Amino acid sequence: MGPDTRTLVQQLLKGNRRAAARLMSLAETLSPEAHTAIKQIYPHTGKAHIIGVTGPPGSGKSTLVDKLIHEFRQQKKRVGVVAVDPSSPFTGGALLGDRIRMSRFATDKGVFIRSMGSRGSLGGLAWATHDVVRILDALGKEIVIVETVGAGQAEVDIIKLAETVVLLTVPRLGDDIQTIKAGIMEIGDIFVINKADLDGADRLYVEIQTALNLGEREQSWEPPILKTVASSGEGVEELARAIQDHHTHLVESGEIKQNLERRCAAQLETIVEQSFIRKLFVQAEEREHFHQLVQKVCTRRLDPYTAAELLILRLIQPRIESDSS
Amino acid sequence: MVSEQERKIRVLVAKPGLDGHDRGAKVVARALRDAGFEVIYTGLRQTPEQVAEAALQEDVDAVGLSILSGAHMRLTEEIMKLLKERDMGDILVVLGGIIPEEDYEPLKKLGVKAVFGPGTPTSEIIDFIKSHVK
Ligand SMILES: Nc1nc2c(ncn2[C@@H]2O[C@H](COP(=O)(O)OP(=O)(O)O)[C@@H](O)[C@H]2O)c(=O)[nH]1
Ligand SMILES: [Mg+2]
Repeated sequence: MGPDTRTLVQQLLKGNRRAAARLMSLAETLSPEAHTAIKQIYPHTGKAHIIGVTGPPGSGKSTLVDKLIHEFRQQKKRVGVVAVDPSSPFTGGALLGDRIRMSRFATDKGVFIRSMGSRGSLGGLAWATHDVVRILDALGKEIVIVETVGAGQAEVDIIKLAETVVLLTVPRLGDDIQTIKAGIMEIGDIFVINKADLDGADRLYVEIQTALNLGEREQSWEPPILKTVASSGEGVEELARAIQDHHTHLVESGEIKQNLERRCAAQLETIVEQSFIRKLFVQAEEREHFHQLVQKVCTRRLDPYTAAELLILRLIQPRIESDSS
Repeated sequence: MVSEQERKIRVLVAKPGLDGHDRGAKVVARALRDAGFEVIYTGLRQTPEQVAEAALQEDVDAVGLSILSGAHMRLTEEIMKLLKERDMGDILVVLGGIIPEEDYEPLKKLGVKAVFGPGTPTSEIIDFIKSHVK
């Protein structure tokens, strides 16, 4: 038996790393107790600059994050890192190797690195990532970097979480355009061509530039396209500066407020949506009711809109509804 | 999904010391992953401080050390001490590698719960961890 949640939160707020780590594990259970902890932590968050680093597997994200930590540490900033890698959908297991590239900061007390499996979430960004970031924020980290594999949904999820999104691509010989899928361009605040030491970086640069010009971006921020060689550190200083510039831009233009509102709204939406879904599928009685309605919809005794209304009504007024059904 | 999840077993697989062979450690890491664990792999040539800090930050349930360099007594003693300092003295620590049999007892005195020699079936390691994590 360890200390209770309240004690852990108090320790966290005093900067205790062990308490932070234990709260992160608790957060990953997504249990009511985890939510109790986050409720206590939330008022102490909102100070960190959250940076998403996303891109395909093997594109050099972890190597780049290591170099970014170095840059921010030079500026005496405290840094938190959350590195998310996919969990196996079959066994739930995961091999999390991002720390390998950041070993030199393992004993730096100004740096806290946490590895996470994506667990149930398809696409890549475990919901608990939000809470783990909050814990790092409450621990006093001024910069929190979230590394995620850019695969479908995760790329879109990252904008619910990060203020600044860094999108990584790499030149791949023989690869035709389609380097960055449609719909993904919009979420990048900074584009990075890593492995710029390889052939094809210039062509990739032109492709991204063209794609950015084609897209209708209303924002006042023009996403820079930077070339880096993460393994040698080339271009990383410029990247750190671009990240800082983006943050300054958000503050000075006032967009930081809209950005925050957008993220809060997205998070709240997800929580409500998932709470409903959870109620539907976790409680046997509700599941049964759901399946009855599915049957009625299938046999055309009920239309799906009415069925959905009935479900929602029942979930928000469980006692009244359960007598009549 | 925001729905509740069971607590996953998290294991740190670390290679302290100076030898540069991590094939065995990687085989074990993959087997543990396939058994449904979350395995945090730290890579080669970790100092005892790096291992203990990683164990703390990752809040693991177990630490698996792979040591081939012959320095297992010194490294293990140091890591156990650093774990205790971090209030993690009671987590499961197991050892793998080429370890002379006469060192098994002294290692267990240090708090190591099991020593797995070369050729140990990974299923044995998996079962041991499953039944010994708190
Ligand atoms: N040639 C080259 N290799 C790199 C560069 N950056 C990273 N790598 C290598 O790419 C591989 C994958 O890097 P990693 O950071 O683990 O990628 P991640 O999966 O995106 O986190 C490693 O072998 C790195 O050494 C780079 O700029 N140029
Ligand atoms: Mg990585």
